[in-house]
Amino acid sequence: MVPIQYYTALSAILFTIGALGVLTRRNAIIVFMSVELMLNSANLVFVAFARSFQSINGQVFVFFVMAVAAAEVAVGLALIVAIFRSKHNINIDQINNLRG
Amino acid sequence: MFFEEAVSSGPQFFNLVPWIVFFPVIGLLFNIFFGGRILERSRAGEKIVGGVASLAAGLSFLVSVLLAISLNGHPEGMVVPLADWINIGELNIRWAFQVDTLSVTMMLVVSGVGTLIHIYAIGYMHEDVRHNGDPGRFRRFFVFMNLFIAAMMILVSGDNYMMLFVGWEGVGLCSYLLIGFWYEKGKDGIGNALAAKKAMVTNRIGDFGFLLAAFTIFWTFGTFKFHAIFEKAPEVAVANPGALLFITICLLIGVTGKSAQLPLYVWLPDAMAGPTPVSALIHAATMVTAGVYLVARSAEIYVLVPTAQFWVTLVGSVTALFAATIAVGQFDIKKVLAYSTISQLGFMVAAVGMGAFVAGMFHLVTHAFFKALLFLSSGSVIQGLERGHHHVEHDPKLKKQLKGHAHDFDPQDMRNMGGLRERMKITYWVYLIGAIALAGIPPLAGFWSKDEILADASKEFSWAYTLLTLAAIFTAFYMTRQILMVFFGKARTPAAEHAEESPLVVTAPLMILAVLSFFGGLINLPFDGFHQFAHWLEHTLGEYAHPGEFILVVALLSTGLALVSLALGWWLYNPRRYEEFWAIPAARRPDDPLRSYIGPIYEALKNKYWVDELYWAVFLNPYIDLSRFLADVIDWRFWHDWFHDRVIMGGYNLLTRLLAIRIDLGGIDAAANGLAVLTQRVAERLRQVQTGYVRNYALSIFVGVVIILGYLLLR
Repeated sequence: MVPIQYYTALSAILFTIGALGVLTRRNAIIVFMSVELMLNSANLVFVAFARSFQSINGQVFVFFVMAVAAAEVAVGLALIVAIFRSKHNINIDQINNLRG
Repeated sequence: MFFEEAVSSGPQFFNLVPWIVFFPVIGLLFNIFFGGRILERSRAGEKIVGGVASLAAGLSFLVSVLLAISLNGHPEGMVVPLADWINIGELNIRWAFQVDTLSVTMMLVVSGVGTLIHIYAIGYMHEDVRHNGDPGRFRRFFVFMNLFIAAMMILVSGDNYMMLFVGWEGVGLCSYLLIGFWYEKGKDGIGNALAAKKAMVTNRIGDFGFLLAAFTIFWTFGTFKFHAIFEKAPEVAVANPGALLFITICLLIGVTGKSAQLPLYVWLPDAMAGPTPVSALIHAATMVTAGVYLVARSAEIYVLVPTAQFWVTLVGSVTALFAATIAVGQFDIKKVLAYSTISQLGFMVAAVGMGAFVAGMFHLVTHAFFKALLFLSSGSVIQGLERGHHHVEHDPKLKKQLKGHAHDFDPQDMRNMGGLRERMKITYWVYLIGAIALAGIPPLAGFWSKDEILADASKEFSWAYTLLTLAAIFTAFYMTRQILMVFFGKARTPAAEHAEESPLVVTAPLMILAVLSFFGGLINLPFDGFHQFAHWLEHTLGEYAHPGEFILVVALLSTGLALVSLALGWWLYNPRRYEEFWAIPAARRPDDPLRSYIGPIYEALKNKYWVDELYWAVFLNPYIDLSRFLADVIDWRFWHDWFHDRVIMGGYNLLTRLLAIRIDLGGIDAAANGLAVLTQRVAERLRQVQTGYVRNYALSIFVGVVIILGYLLLR
């Protein structure tokens, strides 16, 4: 059986990659993909611990996260489409309409 | 208490006494409310208005007569309470009418002479309002006259000093209103108003004395009622003689104001600015005698204070002589009579001062007759002249003779008269009777009353006797001068040439008064069995009402001196001589024959010893300067300019500036603005944070999460 530490480490690596992707990439789609990566790194930890502790709670939580992620992607992609329609571009550095 | 045989029989009408006041009040209310409309609508309006006023006075007289009849049967009199007036602690004053022989005597004189003067005034004012160009004032005149009768009745009938004071002030008010009746006339258009003001102010000085006396009376006696005061007076005279002296002297000050004695007499000559019936009623017959009545009423206090008696006598007798001499130098027919009135009032005051109360009251009554007569006749003369003047002015042929003097014609100047004997027969005869009565020639009324005063004076007060006798000499002289100047010789102006006799409504009261002046002495002849008036007053004045004696020497001396002075007057002013005097060209002619003999003295007499000027110099000008100083320096510069403008307004300005600039702008506004600025500055900085780049937000969330997690892990 693979020890829990490996899962955790993998998850942390995935989360870091995702976070860096969110912070550094300019393409909105890639930013979304990075977000998904972060969510899934969390999912990985959830299921790893659920299995380790023989508890169903973690697996249930993963389903919720997936559902929320699906919903988020739906809304997010819709937003990206809308932005693209108006700007013909999805570079998030050019989307700063809310600047104070 | 004082009468010997208590005859309590006969009819008794004492309870009618309030009507002596109510009738005139009803009369004046009627004229106030309906008089104006009656005057407008009816051609006989003046007769109705005047008639109602006269009727009111007449009914008052009727009540007085009924009271007199009642007193015959019940000489003790009665106090008739009407209403409570003031009730505060110990002080309770009520409206109560004192009916006794003294007050009823005054009531009879006031309402009797008053009624005659009211009737006279119907005729007199008919012309007067037209001469002065305001017929609407006819009603006002009679309203004031009735008001005067009411006030005078309150004065003489009160049973306490406060009620007397109400009347005292009431008659003063009427005097003021009637002196200023033609308030827009006179010298510079304010002469009459000034005269009225002078009377008012001078009387206030006297009233101040009266008030002091009244307060002291209440302090000393605890009451204002005559009876209670007189009962306690002998005790107080022993225990507290100073209080009584103060009361009597202060009352004397009141008397000098109201009865025009030295030093406050100056208002009376100026009061002649009022219409002549007013001069007759108020300033000769009734109001000015209120002071004499006051002393007679307070007899039981005065006899306890010989010092006060001395001063009253002194004031009276000096005034009598002083005013009589001034009358010699006057040319205004009414001014002569005014000074004569002051002089005669001096006789009365001197009489009541020396304790001869009966003689004083007797002279008061006879003087009311003959002086009212003289004033009313002078009014008739003045209007006769006015008629003549009017006649001349409206006749083009005669107008040429006027040579442009039409407007400054003075119908009261005796130099403009002369020869009126022929043209105004009735007026002449009644005037003559009045003058002889005043001059003290027997057997007319004035002789008996004046002689009684002189007889009383000769017994104890030889100095007063001397002064009064001298005054009597001057009296005969100035009356002779007046009669000769007015009625004898040739007419000296066209107006006098065309003068016309007055109508019957004017002359009828004159004739009645002439009869009274002729026979008035009969009420108190100084012989045994004839002292009716003395016996009548005995019921009120008791032992102080001693009947006058007949001292042959005194009577002969005064009559003889009066005749001598009459002859002297005739010698100086007889028609032939006066016409020769008048024939001298105006430039070289002195104003009066007397000036050739006693030039400087005459100048002094003509100018009334410069007393008015003296008062101006000593009292009025300093007073005016003082008030100007107070007004200009104290009030305006100090109080207004400095205190109000600088201190109050400046201080307030300073304070508001402080509040507005330092507290409001500097504190409250600054705090609010500061908050706003602070918010703005902070926001200025903080908005930099809001870049709009999702990345930045994500980073900050990320950093935040790391910090929180770090904190949670490491704590």
